[in-house]
Amino acid sequence: MSKRYVMAIDLRRCVGCQTCTAACKSANATPPGVQWRRVLDLETGEFPDVRRTFLPVACMHCANPPCMHVCPTTATKKRDDGLVTIDYDICIGCGNCIMACPYDARSITHEPSYAYGEPMASEIARFDPERLSVATKCNFCVDRIDQAAVTGKTPGVDPEVTPACVNSCIAGAIHFGDIMDPNSNVSQLLASTKSFRMHEELGTDPSVYYIWDGAET
Amino acid sequence: MSGTRQILDRVSPRLQRRWDARAATNFICGGAGGGLLIVTALASLWNPGLRPLVVLAMALVAAGLTAVWFEIGRPRRAFNVYRNVATSWMSREAMLAPPLFAFAAAAIILNWSIAYWIAGLLGLAYAYAQGRMLCANIGIPAWRQPGVVDMILTTSLTEGTGLLCAAALYWPALAPFGFLLAAVVLLRFLVWRNYLANLRRAGAPSGTLEAFDAFDSPFAWLGHAMPVLAALAGAVIGSVLLLAFAGVLAAGAGAWFKYVLVCRAAFTQGFALPRTPSRGGGAAGAGGAPGWIGGQGLLQPSVPRRRNEDV
Repeated sequence: MSKRYVMAIDLRRCVGCQTCTAACKSANATPPGVQWRRVLDLETGEFPDVRRTFLPVACMHCANPPCMHVCPTTATKKRDDGLVTIDYDICIGCGNCIMACPYDARSITHEPSYAYGEPMASEIARFDPERLSVATKCNFCVDRIDQAAVTGKTPGVDPEVTPACVNSCIAGAIHFGDIMDPNSNVSQLLASTKSFRMHEELGTDPSVYYIWDGAET
Repeated sequence: MSGTRQILDRVSPRLQRRWDARAATNFICGGAGGGLLIVTALASLWNPGLRPLVVLAMALVAAGLTAVWFEIGRPRRAFNVYRNVATSWMSREAMLAPPLFAFAAAAIILNWSIAYWIAGLLGLAYAYAQGRMLCANIGIPAWRQPGVVDMILTTSLTEGTGLLCAAALYWPALAPFGFLLAAVVLLRFLVWRNYLANLRRAGAPSGTLEAFDAFDSPFAWLGHAMPVLAALAGAVIGSVLLLAFAGVLAAGAGAWFKYVLVCRAAFTQGFALPRTPSRGGGAAGAGGAPGWIGGQGLLQPSVPRRRNEDV
């Protein structure tokens, strides 16, 4: 793999503002009830040692994606740069991928729905019937990343070719880049911190790293 | 847990609702049909004229596939299901259906013994593919247990044998198959206990274990103890009524198990933290796995309070 795009999310910085959630919804026009990116709010521990953690989650773009293996139509594919995508034209909406994903990343909606019942002009303009009754999920704003090949800009550095959630984060908690490049922002960040990946024990090899401490601590 | 709390809490494992009773129908009918095909092939060695049972088996498999057709989002693209035989057990299950129907039809029309057996083996393979399909869905801890394949296979055999014994009402010569029914029911019970033990050992969402705990005792009595006793009594004294009763109980319990597995115990993985982050001047802390019991590797089990818990 010449490139592998990953996300590094610094849990020390995330304040749970959900700006990334809103940015994703705006960028991808997801319908009500569908959140490709969302921030979970966990409380752990017992009084007096109670902690609260904000956990941004979305598709983990696994290097060993269970969704791809179970998909009967090959609609779900993994690209050479590590992104896991869905071809809406092939998908039959069987939901097998939804069962296979340990990260609750995928969803299927069968009927058009709008925020306030009747569609607003923006919802009419952005409605895509091809996304009905098929599986959908975060795609790391693949259209923006593909522009990097045209413009020569760098995903994770230049906002025009970086996922919307990364651009929107007000705390600088979400980072994006090529982990195969030792000089990239994510490579350097991960080298200087301690991180984990969600449910690594399941063998999915996810592409999202959660930073929880400095390396020197 | 109220519906509001379920919606607010996206952290803990939650009951999947994407695959509903229609998906369960595919596993119930497909497995029973596959099991019936293989035991009918066996029974046909001593009992010619069991073609109606092959028809029944075909109808069951067809009913299962029809239920799936009504469930998928884009049914007009259904034939795309054959595009990933390389890795997808759903594709493989679909691939088995046409030859299964073809050889079953040959058994019905031509009454060839070889056709019965090939159809029977394909039926067994069909049930196996269904078990592997479930097992490949690692997002559902109850399904990814390796023992689920054994459970699906043995219960499919049990359901098929149960239906065969129920048919003893019309073919009294099938009465000796009560012994086979007792044997497969006992086997299913052993496989079930093993599956449940392994699930607890590996760790599972609390909702999964609660669903299985509620199901375990009636499954044991209605699905195993009573059918075994009735099947043995029916076979020994030649009572087709007892045999049919045993068969219906055994088959019905299998269907019930598959419904519970697909629709009641199928909780998702949920999210967990190995460690909580250091914030400000503080230190990192222990993690948590809300809604899980056991397992979770390095995680420290905790009983977290969720935000808006009182909502």
